[in-house]
Amino acid sequence: MPDLTAPRADAAAGADTASAAYGGGGAPLLPGSSAGDLPRTASASGQRRGDRVFRSLSLGAGLLLLGVIVAIGVFLVYRALPALRDNTGSFLTDVGWDPNATPPAFGIVALAFGTVLSSVLALAMAFPVAMGVALFISHYAPRRFAGPLGYVVDLLAAVPSVVYGLWGIFFLNDRIKGLSAFLHDHLGFVPLFRADGIYGRSILLASVVLAIMILPIIASLSREVFLQVPAANQEAALALGATRWEMIRMAVLPFGKPGVIGATMLGLGRALGETIAVALVLSPAFLVSFHVLEPGKGNTIAANIALQFGEATATGRGALIASGLVLFAITLVVNVIARAVIYRRRDFAGGSA
Amino acid sequence: MTTAAPTLRRGTLPLLAVAAVAACALLVTVLLFALTPLAGVPGLVLVAATIFLAAQTALARRIEGSRRAKDRFVTALVSLAFLLALVPLFSVLGYTVQEGAARFDVEFFTRSLRSIGARDAGGGGYHAIIGTVEQVAITTLMSVPIGLLVAVYIVEYGRGRLAATIRFFVDVMTGIPSIVAGLFVLSFWILGLRQGFSGFAAGLALSVLMLPIIVRSSEEMLKLVPDSLREASFALGIPRWKTILRIVLPTALPGIVTGIMLAVARVTGETAPVLLTAFGAASINNSPFSGPQSSLPLMVFQQAGDAQETAVNRAWTAALTLILVVMVLNLLARLLTRRSRIGRQGSR
Repeated sequence: MPDLTAPRADAAAGADTASAAYGGGGAPLLPGSSAGDLPRTASASGQRRGDRVFRSLSLGAGLLLLGVIVAIGVFLVYRALPALRDNTGSFLTDVGWDPNATPPAFGIVALAFGTVLSSVLALAMAFPVAMGVALFISHYAPRRFAGPLGYVVDLLAAVPSVVYGLWGIFFLNDRIKGLSAFLHDHLGFVPLFRADGIYGRSILLASVVLAIMILPIIASLSREVFLQVPAANQEAALALGATRWEMIRMAVLPFGKPGVIGATMLGLGRALGETIAVALVLSPAFLVSFHVLEPGKGNTIAANIALQFGEATATGRGALIASGLVLFAITLVVNVIARAVIYRRRDFAGGSA
Repeated sequence: MTTAAPTLRRGTLPLLAVAAVAACALLVTVLLFALTPLAGVPGLVLVAATIFLAAQTALARRIEGSRRAKDRFVTALVSLAFLLALVPLFSVLGYTVQEGAARFDVEFFTRSLRSIGARDAGGGGYHAIIGTVEQVAITTLMSVPIGLLVAVYIVEYGRGRLAATIRFFVDVMTGIPSIVAGLFVLSFWILGLRQGFSGFAAGLALSVLMLPIIVRSSEEMLKLVPDSLREASFALGIPRWKTILRIVLPTALPGIVTGIMLAVARVTGETAPVLLTAFGAASINNSPFSGPQSSLPLMVFQQAGDAQETAVNRAWTAALTLILVVMVLNLLARLLTRRSRIGRQGSR
């Protein structure tokens, strides 16, 4: 066994010098900072006006974009409030969902629970495979094929979610039924795998479909990060006699960790908000249940909106908008954290993730 | 150094041995499946892979030592993960082609679903194709100019806290669930301004999704334009806005077009926002500004929900059409990037 602490220290030192080189070399290249004052010397007043107009236009577009995000929150709150006022139940603690009844009574608990459960299961399935895919493309595949292979995996993200849903009900469901029976028969003592002998259209099926959909997101972002690991760190590890896996563990994974965390959270955000695929494959019910193998044991916020929208009354729509607001808030928090993690890493490494 | 055992170099496992281990693992698994009640191709592959991993690791540990054995184990695991990720891609594509071929006929592309019940044969997706084309065109017309302007602001003008904030929220906006974009337009445009369901409302919702994608991809491309080009233009006394319009944007154009195509491919496949804003319709509605409209993904969703074989067949054909459109856009974008990349290298 070689001494693993020494190369780790070397790797960290290498990363520091690399970031200094990146930061030092990168800053003057930023457009605007170097050439900002040049054109003014030669500008007539007409040209200045053109600049002002164009500048305000582009700034206006940027502010419009910020405005849209604020407007999403404001309008969802505004439209949800009447329904929340008419609600005879407690929105935050009720399990049931009857917004179209008189009097309406609905709560978010079952929906929020199902959303989180299916997304976490999907993440648990997708993460290890995505790491494997990312490492395979960045460090194991022959250089010549790395690009095309990465592109093939990215195609997974190009398939529309409704097609995944269709494939999920008519193809995957039968396979998952078999797997569910196997899990129940042999691992039935695990609480997650309890069932009454009816399988299919379950939370497990939804999670597998979600896992397939978030896999390319996590894989491609992690791959980008792994490719940015300074060659000096990797070569230093190899020169000390590390095998490829030891090199990856000592140089690549520590460097890529923040990026991988960010990528994973982006995948989580995508899984939380996925609508149509889940709406197609899931047999919905308003329950808090860990029985992931059975149909009719759960529902998600997004899928519920798509399924109930057609028949909803005015209060029903308001209730759906209120649930959408909760989803918006959850995904916003997840995304802001993910981006903050990625941004911090970018400042550190100087690359673009 | 008098004892013979520890040498500096240890033996290596020849490729032939690895192949032999793989063949043995497969053979053992096939025998196992023939003799016991175990069945099914996925199970067979899983068991064979497990036996192979275990046997190879054991053999390598014997000959090459534990560190090399671990390395081999991880290599095999990583390669298997990659192969595993390809399975759903080819399964989805293959199954869609297989199921969608049944109704991939002239009638599908010339007829709507007007007065076609779930059990009726025939009918098609013409109305949905019209809807998709119009909605995506409206979305593109709205998102591309605004998105480009935002990208120009971030790269060319933006400085300080405001630019950083806009940049950050563009990234956050890419993570907004599509259903939330639909709910936003529903509560703002349809319930708030009482405009009714329409293709245009769908275009608004899809714009919320497309805008950040356009900004991100254009921003990356604008950043790639060498500063020397800008400085040369400034040195000739050309004002900044003209430099951006005549020098920077044309230079970045191939990359920007690629980004637009990928964004178009992405929003073409969106279902949830269209459901909440255009609602869906069975007959042809050529006007995106009045009355409910359908779209290809929405048609897939609604026909699949009917659970009749004829309807499900139509859903599959609509899905196949959708996949073809999305894949063609992706491949074209890919080809375009390759060409522009060569062009960039040549000009340097």
